[in-house]
Amino acid sequence: MRILRYLRVAMESISAHKLRAVLTMLGIIIGVAAVLTTMGIGRGAAANITQSIESQGTNLLSISPGSSNVGGLSGESGSAGTLTMGDVRALADRSLHPALALVAPEYEASARLVYGSTNSQNRLIGVTADYEAVRNLKVASGRFLSQEDSKAQSKVVVLGSGVAGDLYGSENPVGLNVRINGQPFQVVGVLEESGGFGPFSNDNRAFIPIEVAQQQLFNATRYRGEYTVSTINIQVVSEDQVDAAQRQIETTLRLLHNLRADQENDFEIFDQASLLETAADISQTMTIFLGAIGAISLLVGGIGIMNIMLVSVTERTREIGLRRAVGAHDHDILLQFLVEALVLCFLGGLVGVGLAYGVAALFSRIPSLTFNVLIQPDSLALALGFSLLAGLVFGIYPAMRASQLDPIEALRSE
Amino acid sequence: MMSDTQNQRLIQLEDVTKVYQMGEVQVHALRGVSLAVREGEYLAIMGASGSGKSTLMNIIGLLDRPTDGSYWIRGEETSRLGKGKLADLRNREIGFVFQQFNLLPRISARRQVELPLFYAGTPRRKGQQMARESLARVGLDERADHRPEELSGGEQQRVAIARALVNRPSLLLADEPTGALDSKTGTEVLDLIDGLHAQGLTVIMVTHDPLVAQRTQRVITLSDGRIVSDEANGRKLVKWVRGVGHENT
Repeated sequence: MRILRYLRVAMESISAHKLRAVLTMLGIIIGVAAVLTTMGIGRGAAANITQSIESQGTNLLSISPGSSNVGGLSGESGSAGTLTMGDVRALADRSLHPALALVAPEYEASARLVYGSTNSQNRLIGVTADYEAVRNLKVASGRFLSQEDSKAQSKVVVLGSGVAGDLYGSENPVGLNVRINGQPFQVVGVLEESGGFGPFSNDNRAFIPIEVAQQQLFNATRYRGEYTVSTINIQVVSEDQVDAAQRQIETTLRLLHNLRADQENDFEIFDQASLLETAADISQTMTIFLGAIGAISLLVGGIGIMNIMLVSVTERTREIGLRRAVGAHDHDILLQFLVEALVLCFLGGLVGVGLAYGVAALFSRIPSLTFNVLIQPDSLALALGFSLLAGLVFGIYPAMRASQLDPIEALRSE
Repeated sequence: MMSDTQNQRLIQLEDVTKVYQMGEVQVHALRGVSLAVREGEYLAIMGASGSGKSTLMNIIGLLDRPTDGSYWIRGEETSRLGKGKLADLRNREIGFVFQQFNLLPRISARRQVELPLFYAGTPRRKGQQMARESLARVGLDERADHRPEELSGGEQQRVAIARALVNRPSLLLADEPTGALDSKTGTEVLDLIDGLHAQGLTVIMVTHDPLVAQRTQRVITLSDGRIVSDEANGRKLVKWVRGVGHENT
């Protein structure tokens, strides 16, 4: 293999000028490390989001009330209050909705929880016993709400781990009392910590029987004689039944809500798949964006290579002249410099990969970071491929310059 | 054109001219040089700077082509050959020795000497063997693994000579080979070149130093792009020492 011979010459020349080689590679090292870590961050964050969505089960549907429409002015999604306990009872009929496994309504409001002298403002969610299974909740101590609690309208509450910590510190709250909007409740359970952000995290929520929330605590509005709900969560029997479930829900709700054929739905159905899709879209955009930033630094690194290679050609004019004198052809000189640029870029790429792994390892030691930097084989191949391409693109011009030097001039140069 | 004697002639120049275009001005570096060198000759080219001796050297060394005229090396007319063919001829027929040695930095003597074989496409094993032999020829086989920085000036020039000889060229072309050396090491290098000539190598040396030229058999003097003298050198000395005459052309 002829190329292999040039490889040896290139390695010799690189090891003879180590500092210059390192400086040349620096741009590529940083570029490749930047591409890999930025793409890794994008992918790690995306994987984290996907995982948290998938942890709730991909066979979960949620129904929200549609937006209110007062005099042609659309309110925000869910503001209409068109979903009721009547809808929930209707959807719970398995014979009409064979695709639905569990139906779990939510009535959500803000409330003040007080224990002794500590108090906190939290989202309070009225739910049924099925909510635990539908939303995949884990109880750390005590129990979740039961059907008996709902029937008896017991004033019992299950606390998210954050709420429990805020109110009770390290004390186990199970069996203790808490006042919610002035009314006494008994704590029957505490959930495991689930992570996540702000009010949407179950850690910062408290759960009570939905009937208690609607009738005793918040005086919920009624719609067609039934108490309204904020959301209806549906567990579909299996993933492949998600579409069927959506159709069954739509048919029933349109019928119950007396919608004519030309009227739009006054509710919205969300599935996890569409959430996943959105998350994937966002993360892909993010990855491309971050990758583009990395690619720009790779480009800058490549221009650095060209710069130093050009200087190196000038500096090594005598060497080129000598090689000519002992019989080097144009293509010998061209290939020598090109292979040298390629080797420099490839070595730079490898060091950059190492650096990226180092950065990834460093990131994984930051405890507040909930995601890892994911470096995958395809981005490795991409980064190394791009560094070789940079070597080719930015090495060819200096190499051509070198091969076109007049041997007499080259030998004469000082 | 080819006479019988031409076969014995290693190189032959016929009315070679070289004109450089320097902007508006035409510079006539060579104004019709004819020269024949036989195999085994030891020749010095002298002349002041600007006399055209560098140009003549470059043309003989196949680094440059004449503007007009013909140049044969081993019977092959070269003035119309392409760059690639010239490179091959340089590799095969000519060994260069320069004033500044022109060794590659930080590379062992062995690898310096292997360089022409790299371009000749010689297999590596064989090339290593040839490099070893060539270094032994200049008495540097002990220092084959030393890099130029670790060698004295004289040793560096001997490495350069080993490199020039490694591909067994017909002609050793030395451009001021002692110009960068002190007189003692310079003498050693010249002794080495004398010895190579004694073994049958054709040597052409460009120099401005009459003491160096004195060692050769024949001195060509250039002035203003023309050969102004071409004479046998040290005839008496040679006769006196060896008792044999020197046949002049």
